[in-house]
Amino acid sequence: MINITGLHKSYQMGKNSLHVLKGIDFNVEEGELVAIMGPSGSGKSTLLNIIGMLDVANEGVYILDGVPIENLDETKAAKYRNQFLGFIFQSFNLIKYKTALENIALPLYYKGLKRMERQEIAMEYLSGVGLANWASHLPSELSGGQKQRVAIARAMVTKPKVLLADELTGALDSKTSAEVMRLIQKINNEGKTILVVTHEEDIAMMCKRIVRLKDGIIIEDKIITQMPASAHV
Amino acid sequence: MFNRDNWIEIFDTIRKNKLRTFLSGFTVALGIFIFIILFGFGNGLSNTFQKYFNDDNVNSMFIFPGTTNNPYKGYESGRMIKFDNADLKAITDNFDNYLESISPRIYDNAIIKYKNKSNNYSIRAVSPSHQYNEITIMMQGRFLHEDDITHKKRHAVIGRLVAQDLFKNEDPIGKYIDGDGHSWKVIGVFQDDGGDREERMIYIPYTSLQKIKKNTDKIDQIILSYKPEIGYEGAVEFEQKLEQFLKSRKDIDPKDSGGIYIRNVADNLKENQQFASVLQLIITFIGIGTLIAGIIGISNIMVFVVKERTKELGIRKAIGASPRSIIAMILQEAIFITTLSGYFGLIAGIATLSLIGDTLEKDYFITNPYIDISTAIGATVILILFGALAGYIPARRAAKIKPIVALRDE
Repeated sequence: MINITGLHKSYQMGKNSLHVLKGIDFNVEEGELVAIMGPSGSGKSTLLNIIGMLDVANEGVYILDGVPIENLDETKAAKYRNQFLGFIFQSFNLIKYKTALENIALPLYYKGLKRMERQEIAMEYLSGVGLANWASHLPSELSGGQKQRVAIARAMVTKPKVLLADELTGALDSKTSAEVMRLIQKINNEGKTILVVTHEEDIAMMCKRIVRLKDGIIIEDKIITQMPASAHV
Repeated sequence: MFNRDNWIEIFDTIRKNKLRTFLSGFTVALGIFIFIILFGFGNGLSNTFQKYFNDDNVNSMFIFPGTTNNPYKGYESGRMIKFDNADLKAITDNFDNYLESISPRIYDNAIIKYKNKSNNYSIRAVSPSHQYNEITIMMQGRFLHEDDITHKKRHAVIGRLVAQDLFKNEDPIGKYIDGDGHSWKVIGVFQDDGGDREERMIYIPYTSLQKIKKNTDKIDQIILSYKPEIGYEGAVEFEQKLEQFLKSRKDIDPKDSGGIYIRNVADNLKENQQFASVLQLIITFIGIGTLIAGIIGISNIMVFVVKERTKELGIRKAIGASPRSIIAMILQEAIFITTLSGYFGLIAGIATLSLIGDTLEKDYFITNPYIDISTAIGATVILILFGALAGYIPARRAAKIKPIVALRDE
């Protein structure tokens, strides 16, 4: 699903250049649930952003579902993001003046679907995360866990190839975190490829594979025995 | 651009961001409103000016006799010059090429009585063409006719305010008023744009007055109008010839600055028009200034709006919005709001101007303030265009910004 070879990324900080990724080789098969771990500054978020086409690498090859991702201009990146990827952020990033349902329907708007169709599909996904009764609520009227579930539904609504989650439980307490992770596991069990960036060991343990980064290189990549999220509740 | 779904999305955004919509809309509406009001007031000032200075017909000349300054042909200086009927006839005979009409004017005043009411009024004894020179507008009845002059009839044309004073609600036409023991038949009522003083006046045939005054043939002033086709240059030439003619006829030193005075309305007109064009220039400056202030206002708000939406735009990009769709969204929104509120400002401004109407005429010298509809619409369009441009620049920057930067947690 994801094939990355020889990925380098550095940031220009005034006169100095900060080498963040120093040659990453990384492959993900369809249906995997991968945790990307590492201390701050290890380059884990940068890697996720490059995979998510929110950022571009300086060198290296990146192939997503057989499509080489290169010469990205913003328009092309936007199209690929809409077509291939779903994002889940630590701070939810819901549009605050749109209701839960409208937030979920928005990616379908950019996909060019008709309004009725958008509403219908969005409602289906909102029910899928167990928030059917909250359709007309604004994000400010939802709890943290509910917001993140809306964000997950929004990430799922375009049927992306890969879900990318950046510290998705970072703003949640442990009980809510477990609930959200249970949802992630459920989605993964239905066949979706998911990448989770986290610095929490117990969250990583709920995935099927852990990739550890340090100073811009992969220091460990192992398959683990998945811990069911329900065990923590 | 004309996709129905896009517009639904835009209306939705507008509806759910009331403060933002209000701020940008209000700026544009206020800008247009103030522009229209100021421009209208400027035009109103200009109107008042035209009205005050163009009371007399533009191709009129007023000839006044005076006292001489130089001794000449055996006469001493300080001699009072007087006109009489013969002068009138001499001018008519000698300046046929230039002359359109001529009227004498004799000033008098008398206590005028009707029934139990009486009042002191100014009287002008004139001939029929005087109506044209003074732009006297008949409200009722008629002005003097040649017939009144030749037969020295005791007919009077009274001003609107005279009729109001003496007759109240009674119809004055055909009634007889008494002046110094003579009775005069009222044949007409007039109005005049020259103000109250002009409307408290009574016109009578000059021959009738001369007859009452022991058959004198003296007249106080000569008012004439020249043919408009001779133009301004011709009028100046006519004025010079006329002065020479009258001076030699009255034995006045040709170099004497006194004796005879000629006021040519066309001279005043030229100065007045210069003044009016300066006034127009000031109005235009005020208009442009207001418009620039409006443009700066809407630009500021657009920059602020895009700044405030940076995160939202980042989210939209992360879920698949292309830079073009981001720019299109901001522009369509901006143009929609500014067009709608610009239209409101336009209507409100024009409505206010027509509501004000002539109420400011007395104290503020603003008569019938108005604005060309094309000027008003032009100003609105300019404001909309600049609003869109001011939105486009930050929108393009926001569309270029990487979503990762826009989404960075504060």
